[in-house]
Amino acid sequence: MSAEHVEARPGAYADSVTLMRVSADVRQADGVQAALVAMATELNLDLLAAMGFPPPDAGPNHLLIAVRAADDTALAGALAAVDTALRARPGAGHGSASHGAGQAQLPRTTAAAVRASGPGLALISVPGRYAFAEAMDALQSGCDVMIFSDNVPVEQEIMLKDFAAERDLIVMGPDCGTAMVRGVGLGFSHTVAAGPVGIVAASGTGAQQVMCLLEYAGAGVSAALGVGGRDLSAAVAGRSARAALAALDTDPGTELIIVVSKPPASEVAARLRDFAARLATPVQFALIGPGESDLTAATETALRALGRPVPDWPRWPGQAPGAEPGHFRAAHESSAPAGVLRGLFAGGTLCDEAMVIASDRLGPIRSNIPLRPELRLAARGPVLGAPVVGTTVLGAPVVGETVPGAIGTGHAMIDFGDDELTMGRAHPMIDQSLRLERLAAEAADPAVTVVLLDVVLGHGAHPDPAAELAPAIASARASGRVSVVVSLIGATSDPQDLGRQAAALQAAGAAVFVSNAAAARFACELIEGAR
Amino acid sequence: MSELLRREPHIISAGLSLLAEAAREQAARVTQVDWAPPLAGTEDVLVPVLSDARRVAANALAVERMLAVRAHLVDVVPASAALDLQPGEFLHAGPPVSWDRAAGPLRGALMGAAVFEGLAGSPEAAAVLGARGEFALAPCHSRRAVGPMAGVISPSMWLFALEDSATGQRTYCSLNEGLGKVLRYGAFSPDVLERLSWMSQVLGPLLADAVRRHGPVDVSAILAQMVQMGDEAHNRNRSGTLMLLRDLLPSMVESGIVSGDIARAAAFIGGNDHFFLNLAMPACKLALDAARDIPGATMVVAMARNGTDFGIQVSGTGDEWFTAPALTPQGLFLGGYGPGDASPDIGDSAITETAGLGGFAMAAAPAIAALIGGTAADALATTRRMYEITLAEHALYRVPALEFRGTPAGIDVTLVARTGILPQINTGMAGKIAGTGQVGAGLVTPPAEVFPAALRSLAGAAQPWPSRHS
Repeated sequence: MSAEHVEARPGAYADSVTLMRVSADVRQADGVQAALVAMATELNLDLLAAMGFPPPDAGPNHLLIAVRAADDTALAGALAAVDTALRARPGAGHGSASHGAGQAQLPRTTAAAVRASGPGLALISVPGRYAFAEAMDALQSGCDVMIFSDNVPVEQEIMLKDFAAERDLIVMGPDCGTAMVRGVGLGFSHTVAAGPVGIVAASGTGAQQVMCLLEYAGAGVSAALGVGGRDLSAAVAGRSARAALAALDTDPGTELIIVVSKPPASEVAARLRDFAARLATPVQFALIGPGESDLTAATETALRALGRPVPDWPRWPGQAPGAEPGHFRAAHESSAPAGVLRGLFAGGTLCDEAMVIASDRLGPIRSNIPLRPELRLAARGPVLGAPVVGTTVLGAPVVGETVPGAIGTGHAMIDFGDDELTMGRAHPMIDQSLRLERLAAEAADPAVTVVLLDVVLGHGAHPDPAAELAPAIASARASGRVSVVVSLIGATSDPQDLGRQAAALQAAGAAVFVSNAAAARFACELIEGAR
Repeated sequence: MSELLRREPHIISAGLSLLAEAAREQAARVTQVDWAPPLAGTEDVLVPVLSDARRVAANALAVERMLAVRAHLVDVVPASAALDLQPGEFLHAGPPVSWDRAAGPLRGALMGAAVFEGLAGSPEAAAVLGARGEFALAPCHSRRAVGPMAGVISPSMWLFALEDSATGQRTYCSLNEGLGKVLRYGAFSPDVLERLSWMSQVLGPLLADAVRRHGPVDVSAILAQMVQMGDEAHNRNRSGTLMLLRDLLPSMVESGIVSGDIARAAAFIGGNDHFFLNLAMPACKLALDAARDIPGATMVVAMARNGTDFGIQVSGTGDEWFTAPALTPQGLFLGGYGPGDASPDIGDSAITETAGLGGFAMAAAPAIAALIGGTAADALATTRRMYEITLAEHALYRVPALEFRGTPAGIDVTLVARTGILPQINTGMAGKIAGTGQVGAGLVTPPAEVFPAALRSLAGAAQPWPSRHS
């Protein structure tokens, strides 16, 4: 018994060389007794008759497909092989930009890139107003997406996240500064050893702090999934945080999950805690805010939960203003006048964490990303972009105020990575010029006695931040009034060399901490000690 | 559940090369997108169009319908009968235009056609009638027709009738007059008008008889074969013309018409390498008409020029034309003509590029690479570039030099706006003064503004994704 199929397919022209190859391939398939794949020319119709097939109703523009096989299964297999062979033209990787003669061209859109190279994780860092198109391409091509870009409108973020949810994909971002997926650090990131802790972060630098502390403690990280700084806002409502938690919950390498976020909308945080409570994997929350544990404390809690030792976090003592090394404390315990604290941050979450700690001890901290709305400094981007001296920088709350460096008179902390201040310029982790200018202005302000800075190392960050910062710190301290405290966020494997950066900053007179919380507390102690 | 944590790390990076480099240094596979900002002013209108919930399915349907069409030459008929064209009515190439704004070649063709129709005793007298507004002008596209260059169709001209075998839909195009001094390039001298008369009195009826005897001629199949024989079906139609003649000649001989007429017709067709263009064009229009009027679809269904304006029509926006001043082609010139003699871009023949032929199939036609002032490698690069702005690879038109990859077909307005890559059109060049005729051939693109204009209209009709309540 044998099975037979004869078909005359219209509109399927192929050249005779291709078709002879296809015929030969199909004849070699299992169970095939006879096969002819050819255009239905008179010659080929005669051949078909000679092979004992019934004559089809076909003309020269039809593609003949005739197969005789041992049974129906073999026939179906052979016909599938015909279709495959017709699609796979010789040497033609489907959709590859490189096949055929001549030079290949780089793909111009994310969709074209996926067509050529297959899906994966799309990393989008085009200016924010253009990011939507690439992200949409990626999702429609079956890619997960990390949107590094900031200044993406929130309604676009919601649309992308809803679209992703329907396709079981994740949108990390917008404004997702960091991620680590399958051991690859993306954006501003660190390569840290594989370990049991998964991180979900609505905060780039917050995640970097936790990753670096875990690395120092020898625990390691399974994955770090950024979700974007607005994900836990009331509008976005944790859309990506839930997707990221669900992904980590099914990851065999993840034993514990830490959720890191800037101050979230309280109802969103509550619902996320409910969601987390239903997962099989324990979830530790580090939601920066009054009464919440800081990043270092949350990391310590996680380490204890995993039964791992909590190390003493490294610190490099600095110098009192104008003093020789080793005399920091002594100088400050003298009768220096009580002054104000200024924080100049590249990392928004680090800024938040420092404000929570400092406001608890020093009182209200004004900011461009304030803990409470009434503490807002109007950070006007274009003004900040201008030379500092003689302009109304940062937020003079009173319009028309022209006092140089007029942050006001109280304690204040600025997040230079905020959308408003990165419009049209690189992130302060890459381009430090705005912060360096600000540091000089603070040093010139007679009220300021302590400046707190973060320095974030890792992939994507400035290749040698201390080379620029150390001289600026040294000259800020030259007034003999200002102390500089640095939280240095870095992993030992970072390309900038953590130890060398710490040494250079310390040599310039700064007190350096790997824990941002510890740095903030030390800065407060300096203010308090001077009272 | 996302596969993010299970996939091999393959990073597709659009934007900062610094971030792509950092991933590459960690041994991740990285594909870099050569990203550039979109056409000026389109980023805001792109968002509603790209998030139109109907777009992806609508474009898939547009592509499916375009690729499903099989064009057959089924008849050759006078325009008066086929299109109910009345005396004094003229169809022309491109978007709508009045006599006042009409370019030299279009005026020249209208003047010649008016004399041919007996409406005026001389081209000059015809110009007076034109200026008085006595000609009723309409785009060929508005009547299911296309015309190369000036594209003028008058009631007495004979037309090819093409039909999609599955749907019975039809499109029409005039018979090609040859190159040089011809009506479609705006020439109206006595020899031009004599040729038109012979085409109406002898060639048209002869071809009609032959086609009816032979039965439908599969134009799509000839197109598929000619792309593998060095034709791109816009500026090179040599093998297509000869395949048509091969198919029809026996039936022409059988007609019993005097052998002298048959011999002249065969010599005329065989001696005019562009004869098949007027079959390629309506075949392309037939395919693209099938893709019209799909709400949410961003696929271009017509690109056409009248010598003054360049216009496009888009599937999702019905019959609306998006126009801007036509550019002047760059290329090679005949005899003593030079760049100063060329009219701005004219003709419906860009329908071939719209359907994946012409400039889009340049890789198949290295013999005319000189038109782009370039090499065979440039021809390949041109076709490759067009994949960036198209939705599909054509199932029938396959390019040998690209390992039989299908030609790029189905221009997506959003991709043109995003990449800034403009469709590459191969074209003839008409003299800008009425009566001159052809002055050269070369390359042109649409004016970029037509694409943002189409996007704005698409954005106005967009239906956004319904927000999921969390």
